[in-house]
Amino acid sequence: MSHSSTVDASVSGSSAPAADGVTGFINDWSADKQTYHVPWGKAMMWIFLVSDTFIFSCFLVGYMTVRISTADPWPLATEVFALSFFGSEPIPLILIAIMTFVLITSSGTMALAVNYGYRKDKKKTVILMCATAALGATFVGMQMYEWSKLIGYGVRPWGNPWGADQFGSVFYMITGFHGLHVTGGVIYLLIVARKVWLGHYEKKGYEIVEITGLYWHFVDLVWVFIFAFFYLL
Amino acid sequence: MAYVPLADQDDAHALHDPQSFVTKYIWSQDHKVIAIQYGGTAIFVGLIALGLSILMRLQLGFPDTVSWIDPAFYYQAVTMHGMIMVIYLLTALFLGGFGNYLIPLMCGTRDMVFPFLNMLSFWFYLVSVIILLASFFVPGGPTGAGWTLYAPQSISHGTPGSEGGILLMLISLAVFIIAFTMGGLNYVTTILQARTRGLTLMRLPLSIWGIFTATVLGLFAFPALLVSAIMMGFDLVLGTSFFMPAMMELGAQNDHEGGSPILFQHLFWFFGHPEVYIVALPAFGLVSDVISTHARKNIFGYRMMVWAIIAIGGLSFMVWAHHMYVSGMNPYFGFFFATTTLVIAIPTALKVYNWVLTLWQGNIRLNTPMLFAIGFIFTFVHGGLTGLFLGNVVIDVPLADTYFVVAHFHMVMGVSPVLVLFAALYHWYPKMTGRMFNETLGKTHFWCTFLGTYAIYLPMHYLGFLGVPRRYYEMGNTDFIPETAQALNANITLAAIFVATAQILFFINIFWSLKNGEKSGGNPWGATTLEWQTPDTPPKHGNWGEELPSVYRWAYDYSVPGMDKDFVPQNEPGEEYEKSAHHHKGA
Repeated sequence: MSHSSTVDASVSGSSAPAADGVTGFINDWSADKQTYHVPWGKAMMWIFLVSDTFIFSCFLVGYMTVRISTADPWPLATEVFALSFFGSEPIPLILIAIMTFVLITSSGTMALAVNYGYRKDKKKTVILMCATAALGATFVGMQMYEWSKLIGYGVRPWGNPWGADQFGSVFYMITGFHGLHVTGGVIYLLIVARKVWLGHYEKKGYEIVEITGLYWHFVDLVWVFIFAFFYLL
Repeated sequence: MAYVPLADQDDAHALHDPQSFVTKYIWSQDHKVIAIQYGGTAIFVGLIALGLSILMRLQLGFPDTVSWIDPAFYYQAVTMHGMIMVIYLLTALFLGGFGNYLIPLMCGTRDMVFPFLNMLSFWFYLVSVIILLASFFVPGGPTGAGWTLYAPQSISHGTPGSEGGILLMLISLAVFIIAFTMGGLNYVTTILQARTRGLTLMRLPLSIWGIFTATVLGLFAFPALLVSAIMMGFDLVLGTSFFMPAMMELGAQNDHEGGSPILFQHLFWFFGHPEVYIVALPAFGLVSDVISTHARKNIFGYRMMVWAIIAIGGLSFMVWAHHMYVSGMNPYFGFFFATTTLVIAIPTALKVYNWVLTLWQGNIRLNTPMLFAIGFIFTFVHGGLTGLFLGNVVIDVPLADTYFVVAHFHMVMGVSPVLVLFAALYHWYPKMTGRMFNETLGKTHFWCTFLGTYAIYLPMHYLGFLGVPRRYYEMGNTDFIPETAQALNANITLAAIFVATAQILFFINIFWSLKNGEKSGGNPWGATTLEWQTPDTPPKHGNWGEELPSVYRWAYDYSVPGMDKDFVPQNEPGEEYEKSAHHHKGA
């Protein structure tokens, strides 16, 4: 809150000196200032991400449940997600390894963009945000390629040639939901990058870049779990 | 200087007052207008659900007298009644309506932190309501799967509404969840980050604590419903088998294989049980403020009231499977969930004791809001006690599918929150409109509603003990039920019609008083909380005139000894009486 710096001690009753540890935590929470020392937008994004975590958790728990309870064998990820280049032996998980690498790299460019944002380096911020968006779009593109391959093999939401029907259902649902998150993130990044370029945040400050970054890192983090639970296990 | 959000702008000139009718009342970003839009829409759908319940009661009380109520329609009415009441009325009215209206006013802010998102929240809610009501007009009508939408029933052929109604229901729920998330993020963030000078978390009125905790529950619980709606939608449209097992359907093998109906129940109730508290916690908060104000006495045990709200909120995520005792689960799970369920009784009972102790030796004004608040204590204790029965596995198993359950949950999360809603609507009506309502009409409305609901739900407990099954269109091979049960059913129906009709009094009152009510002034109840201290009544855009208020004390300085008036507003400078008397916070 803006007036926490100017607040009269008799008004707030929170004149205690800053303390660390549990006392500091209690002082912070019982004070009249913002509960979290961050702009409201950042707090709101964090709360949204916690809520979104519950969505992905439910998806993953649902996936685990159907995988455990189905009577048919579960298709082998190493065989399904293998790709051969120029007639070579199929290499397991190669495409997904590249996709994961691309997405993790985009987290790096995003972190750099946040850094340059706080330095008010408009040009570098915009370039790095656009690079992040490009990497994200690449990820979605590769995911579409993977989908098209699987559709070519006959994997459908309601069945597949190798085993449990739920394999395709869960695969398309969860990677699709995550892909929508990435797509939304790319659009969000481009909108914010454009506004940064137009100088909308010169006065307001560049927190918005960090807020966008929070969302982007979250989407990457979720991917790590999907990757682990779906492709590795 | 850091950027200051609109909610915290000290300078009123930073606000851009909406000029045209459209920006002021339709595409409005003002939390008060959004609150009334939410409230109006919620009450409108609530009336439809009320009408459906009367049609159900007609069939139960006087079987086959209304020729067009066939079994399919009966199940559709049951389903839509339940879903509308729980989600589209109670959740929307408590959080979208009262949350929107009270949070910025009670926290001393100019608006929500993100007004545009708040506006979108209402419009998404309206779209979800329209999609829901559209299901009445598609072939096959709305879904008749029961409000819990259990798979495989809900999407099997032959269930009423399986042609299109169920899909519209799922879409409507998804849109509602998006709407709730947009609003909920605003409520939580505004309460955490934008409170005015001096308003510490432990000085917040309990209304805000209730709304805050309920919204947090919603943000964590609705995801489970969203996920189950998506999965069920895929089972329905794409032919996946998340919830659908292989089974015979209308004499033929269905196209599904290997799905888990129990998974749906777990996901649904992981949402469904917190949902009970999403409705109950705001009610607890609002009723605390109404009781304290009209008893002219500080709320008893404020701190414990706050911790009880938080404890109930936390526990509500650990009890969901007590709705599934008859699903064939492992007895050890039943033991675990029965234990957690009964543990919730501790903070809940604490709240009830504190309400009663707040009334104890208070200077009680038995006006309409207070009557509804006291009525709530009765119905809530009643519903809570039957909850203790049903929380035990051994008692729940024989009672699970009887009218005892219907009576229990209507008492505890139907009638009780609705009584609080009326208490709150009457209590804050003068602030919303600047006019007083008619007391005589209000009190008549209370007595009809309060006694009438007892006439409806008390006999249902007895029907439950007799073993009358719930969700039945009519009794068939049920020779063990005595003939007299039907007489009781007929009486319940008459009482239901009476109570439903009595609600007309409420609408007459609020519409008549809009024009003809006595002018209320800014603070007719002599209340301490910030919303009663606004410079204008009803509050104008931006709420606080030139400068934001400062808060010097907690929300409950009523009847402080030695003062010339019996309340001290939160924004009045000076010593904080309650705290200095009890020194429960070290300086």
